[in-house]
Amino acid sequence: MSVSEATAASTGEGAAAHRAKRVLVTGLSTYWGGRLAEALESRPEIEAIIGVDSSEPTRELERTEFVKVGNQHAVIEKIVRAAELDTVVDTRLVVDSMTTAPRLAHENNVIGTMNILAGCTGADSPVRKLVFKSSAHYYGCEQDDPGFFTEEMRRPHQPRTAIERDVVEAEESMSEFVQRRPDVAVTVLRCTNVLGSDMRTSFTRMLALPLVPMILGFDPRCEFVHDDDVVQALEHAVFKHMPGTYNVAADGVLALSEVIGLLGKRPIPILPPWGTGAFAAPLRRLGFRIPDEMVNQLRFGRGLDNRKLKAAGFRYGYTSREAVLKLGEHLRLDPVIRGHEPAYTYEREVEEFLRWSPHVRRERREMDEPLGL
Amino acid sequence: MAAERTSLAGTSGTEPTEGGRSPAAPAERTRELLPAIEPERTITDWGRSERIEGLLDRTLVDFLFRYWFRCEVEGIENVPAEGGVLLVSNHSGALPPDAAVIAKAIREEHSGTRPLHITVEHFFKGYPGFSALIPKIGCVPAHPANVHRLLHDERQLVLVFPEGRKGTEKTYNHRYQLRRFGRGGFVEAAARAEAKIVPVCVVGAEEAMPVFAQLNFVKRLTGLLYFPITPTFPWLGPLGMFTYLPAKFRIRFLEPIDTASLTMEPAPDTAMVQTVAQEVRARIQENLDEMVASRESVWFG
Repeated sequence: MSVSEATAASTGEGAAAHRAKRVLVTGLSTYWGGRLAEALESRPEIEAIIGVDSSEPTRELERTEFVKVGNQHAVIEKIVRAAELDTVVDTRLVVDSMTTAPRLAHENNVIGTMNILAGCTGADSPVRKLVFKSSAHYYGCEQDDPGFFTEEMRRPHQPRTAIERDVVEAEESMSEFVQRRPDVAVTVLRCTNVLGSDMRTSFTRMLALPLVPMILGFDPRCEFVHDDDVVQALEHAVFKHMPGTYNVAADGVLALSEVIGLLGKRPIPILPPWGTGAFAAPLRRLGFRIPDEMVNQLRFGRGLDNRKLKAAGFRYGYTSREAVLKLGEHLRLDPVIRGHEPAYTYEREVEEFLRWSPHVRRERREMDEPLGL
Repeated sequence: MAAERTSLAGTSGTEPTEGGRSPAAPAERTRELLPAIEPERTITDWGRSERIEGLLDRTLVDFLFRYWFRCEVEGIENVPAEGGVLLVSNHSGALPPDAAVIAKAIREEHSGTRPLHITVEHFFKGYPGFSALIPKIGCVPAHPANVHRLLHDERQLVLVFPEGRKGTEKTYNHRYQLRRFGRGGFVEAAARAEAKIVPVCVVGAEEAMPVFAQLNFVKRLTGLLYFPITPTFPWLGPLGMFTYLPAKFRIRFLEPIDTASLTMEPAPDTAMVQTVAQEVRARIQENLDEMVASRESVWFG
């Protein structure tokens, strides 16, 4: 991935090309927030990385500063102004109703997005760039869907599930923001189902089962994206000037039966074709959890057209098939290594000592580099 | 890219008013950026499975084509060897055999090896069994965006039945009388994709599965697309849907029609689109009439 200079073609937007230097990562404690902050830390052109979240970070970060805030827009605005942050990356979106209670998810997805946008709306706000991680749930899964959604397409029907409604609402407030602040370059990344070794999504959980359930008589088209590619796409959006909406989905759309074959597992078509949702509810109680938004995906599948992001200079590291194979490797290895890696716990005092204590030799890194004498 | 993309959204009835517009790039670019084909895979991005299609082709379709329907193919040279081509055919039979035999005719007789993509109703995607099988054998849901991607970006061969359900619903006494050709959407799709239109006439399909009546109340009761009465359905149960009488088939590919003269930008020339649609329909009807008139026997041709 070449990130030289934001020389993207002018798109007729009011926002001018802008180089990100001081970045706010919202949702630092989510998987994506942590991964992105990690990636940004290794980039010397980024002067400051501030992360906010309501819970403590789950990754060990070196120079990212963590501020524990909920979604209070006044506080976010204060932080943005105080640190003169020019770029905001919003990675908080909850896209799996099994990981969060529905009320909390709504609070986070809709109200949270609104508040973060409110924190950047002021006329003299220093924010010049906003990157929003959205989801392919925006499009939904319906019978009369096109084979490949392009970014211009609206979903053909009203959203059916809570998560889909949230995503649509969050994107609506995002496009309102675009109208209100035409000088801010807003990039929306609609990510499809992510596969990765550290990720626990409903999809990876389902694919980890020895027999993978399918809906009888359906073999949906599935598209995935590797988690490294999502992090790189977020990074790409931070460094490049690319206002607009982009689909993030790896090359290749697989049939679910093909996915199961690649993992070396067997399908078991036990879900009934009619009343699947009603059948899924008692299964959930048994610990086999299919979220509402996944039911239609298991029935109709979904494909995204990823060419717009590629045209913006992004190159995917994995195809859908390779992402599935990677997951297969992980699933075989997981029982062997599970529990052997020490978990990281955030300790405020330790972090503050490492960052601010006069006794910590912080100059070492600068010393390694040749001095400009 | 912008031009095709926005026009594409136009055909699907939505308007592109997102935050950012894609940077303008030539059509070549959209093709370059298509996902590369992974040789290890046997299923395409559309869900087409070489294995299942091949299996069906070697067994059932081959038997029907060669021995049951004894298909005769004329004018196969009218199917261009490359570029996006839209085949437009008449349509009949409750579970239409015409698509399968046209695909087989191209596979058998055409000099190149061009896979044929058959557009089908969305209905099938929601129906268990069909939903899993139909994409495997080369069918794609008839969405304008799908047709555009196949014709313009992937430069494939696509078969459409503009009569749609009106064609397969019609009863035996209306055989070989073309229904309305939709709203000319297929001409628009071809013109936007700069694809040629090849009209196709199929004779024999109407007799292979004559529909004597449509029971609309049973259709509503069962939620099926339609509920026809044929010589074998519903008497033989679901199997009756797949039972064809051994009518003699004749397939004729007519000369390609160029759509380059049609103006699509900024807005489609509706009058011209309708004229071309009418012309395609008239040519198919004319040839059908001629083929039926010259046929001595329904069963022996």
